[in-house]
Amino acid sequence: MTTQRATINPSTLEQKQPKKRKSNFFRANRGDSKFKRLIIHIILILYCLISVYPLLRIFSVSLRPGNRVLSTDLSIIPPDATFENYEKVIFEQGLFQWIWNSLAVTITTAIIGVIIAATSAYAFSRYKFKGRTTLLIYLLTTQMIPTAMLMVPLYILAINLNLIGTYRGLVIAYSVTSVPFSIWILKGYYDTIPTELEEAAIIDGASPLQAFWKIILPLSTPALAITFLFNFSQAWNEFLIARVILGSNEAILTWPLGLNRLMGQYLVQWGQYNAGAILVSLPVMILFLAMSKYMISGLTLGSVKG
Amino acid sequence: MFNFDAIIKSLSEVGTTILAVLLIVVLLEVLLYLILVKWLKVKNSLVYMLISPAILGLLVLQVYPLLWEGYISMTNMSLSHFFNFDFIGLKNYVRVFTEPVLKQVRFFPLFWRTILWTAINVVFHVTGGMILALLLNREMKLRGFYRMLIIIPWALPQVVAAMAWRGEFNFEYGWINIMLKNIGLQPVQWLTSPIPNFAAMCIVNIWLGIPFMTVILLGGLQSISGEYYEAAEMDGASNWQKFWKITMPLMQPIMSPAVILGTVWTFNTFNISFFINQYELESSDILVTALFRAAFQYNRYGFSAAFAFIIFFILLIYSTIYARSTGALKGVKD
Repeated sequence: MTTQRATINPSTLEQKQPKKRKSNFFRANRGDSKFKRLIIHIILILYCLISVYPLLRIFSVSLRPGNRVLSTDLSIIPPDATFENYEKVIFEQGLFQWIWNSLAVTITTAIIGVIIAATSAYAFSRYKFKGRTTLLIYLLTTQMIPTAMLMVPLYILAINLNLIGTYRGLVIAYSVTSVPFSIWILKGYYDTIPTELEEAAIIDGASPLQAFWKIILPLSTPALAITFLFNFSQAWNEFLIARVILGSNEAILTWPLGLNRLMGQYLVQWGQYNAGAILVSLPVMILFLAMSKYMISGLTLGSVKG
Repeated sequence: MFNFDAIIKSLSEVGTTILAVLLIVVLLEVLLYLILVKWLKVKNSLVYMLISPAILGLLVLQVYPLLWEGYISMTNMSLSHFFNFDFIGLKNYVRVFTEPVLKQVRFFPLFWRTILWTAINVVFHVTGGMILALLLNREMKLRGFYRMLIIIPWALPQVVAAMAWRGEFNFEYGWINIMLKNIGLQPVQWLTSPIPNFAAMCIVNIWLGIPFMTVILLGGLQSISGEYYEAAEMDGASNWQKFWKITMPLMQPIMSPAVILGTVWTFNTFNISFFINQYELESSDILVTALFRAAFQYNRYGFSAAFAFIIFFILLIYSTIYARSTGALKGVKD
């Protein structure tokens, strides 16, 4: 089982044994000629351009002055660059209000999701009990439910419980959709912690609950952080549920709804949209790039391996 | 810039939600403790106390809505019959296949289009990801730099990407048509004609999906020990043989779950099709966007509930067959 995990969870392997990997690499690729290397670099540079250009383009449009938003200019920094769009989207459109709304909903969701998932994942990881396999498969199956499918009953429920146009409805809807995946990630991580640790604690007189609280939880901080981030980013980028539950109430829009409002049919506020897009995405992207290694190992642990 | 009333309101709403959840959890635990430990003296009671909050949440907010949706799917609930709907049996399930799902488009064209959409995307994601991963899997200068630039589309929020691309598919001012014109080609009506619109959806989703596959596959390639390749080289194997006889079989445990997940995600991708299809062309809808429109534009709740179950069963059958044939679910039983 451990060997299987090692192959499946390559990123942690990569962190643990950099030296060994390096030497394997070197030997495996000793035959690369200079010409071959050149071709490889050219292909990679071309792909990087494809991958980055659309983002640069968002940046470039965001710098255009209001009367020249629509232009066929392709330069990255337009000749008459200004921050007018940024000013407008912040002061006239209330971008910060939308971001605040999103933050409030997202952080709440992530906290609730992690608390609920942390304890149950521990039960799934450490105990054999009736219905465990069925429950785990059920949790995996829920990943296949299209969001749009839960929308109809949640919408009608929300109408009946008077939750339309409230954050409460949104937080509840989000936490539940993210719990199954969180349980999988955390269970995968708990599985890698040797049971001897708790056994030793229990021999020393701790209760199972104390062992979980004092030993397992502190050891799982990285996994809890990853789960938090996953829940966070899922709720942060969500559009569909927010649109149905929040409706079009001006004061409570989350940022995806707010930005979508700027995308009028006729590209009127195209520059402001792009400025808003940059402001919203940049922090998320930096966080993502910084955390990507851990996110990926968490993802492979949770979704790939039981 | 800020609306302070709104801030106070959101804080209080969010705060009470957290408090309410905590209160429910504590009550539930105390209740379980009293019943299981004090009264029934069940041996493994800690397990049930640990999983009960999640189970309760899922029961109330997922299982119950799904069961209820099952019931709605057998009624004629719609905007005009919101409270006074009638039970009509399995008629809705028949109607999904016999009537237009939206204005004109029927179920099977939507179904085949979704299959085509999923197939195109997954094939490009896996081959593109594999090529990039193979290129990156070597000692070279700038490796980390390339890797970082390649995962940027994945880091960008999907909604932002989808809306930004929609703007760039504009006939006159989008960079794609400007570039096409510059190299002497005809600009394309990306947003208004059916086939280019579908192609536009595919382009965006392929662009978004390749980074994830690259990273997953690169991780897998790095875990393959170099000794296999050395042995193969000694036996005089070509690069092609090495790829198909060593790399592919060893990558199987990583590829098959990634492909299942990728397929289900692509099948369920809502944002791309919804945003790129600005003019609501029915020829660009895939099953999930058609489901959304049937429910929230045409307000046919009963009908769309039946439609939703049909989509869910298609996915379930696919995943079960795939998981059985590749053994991707073996880990669950450990």
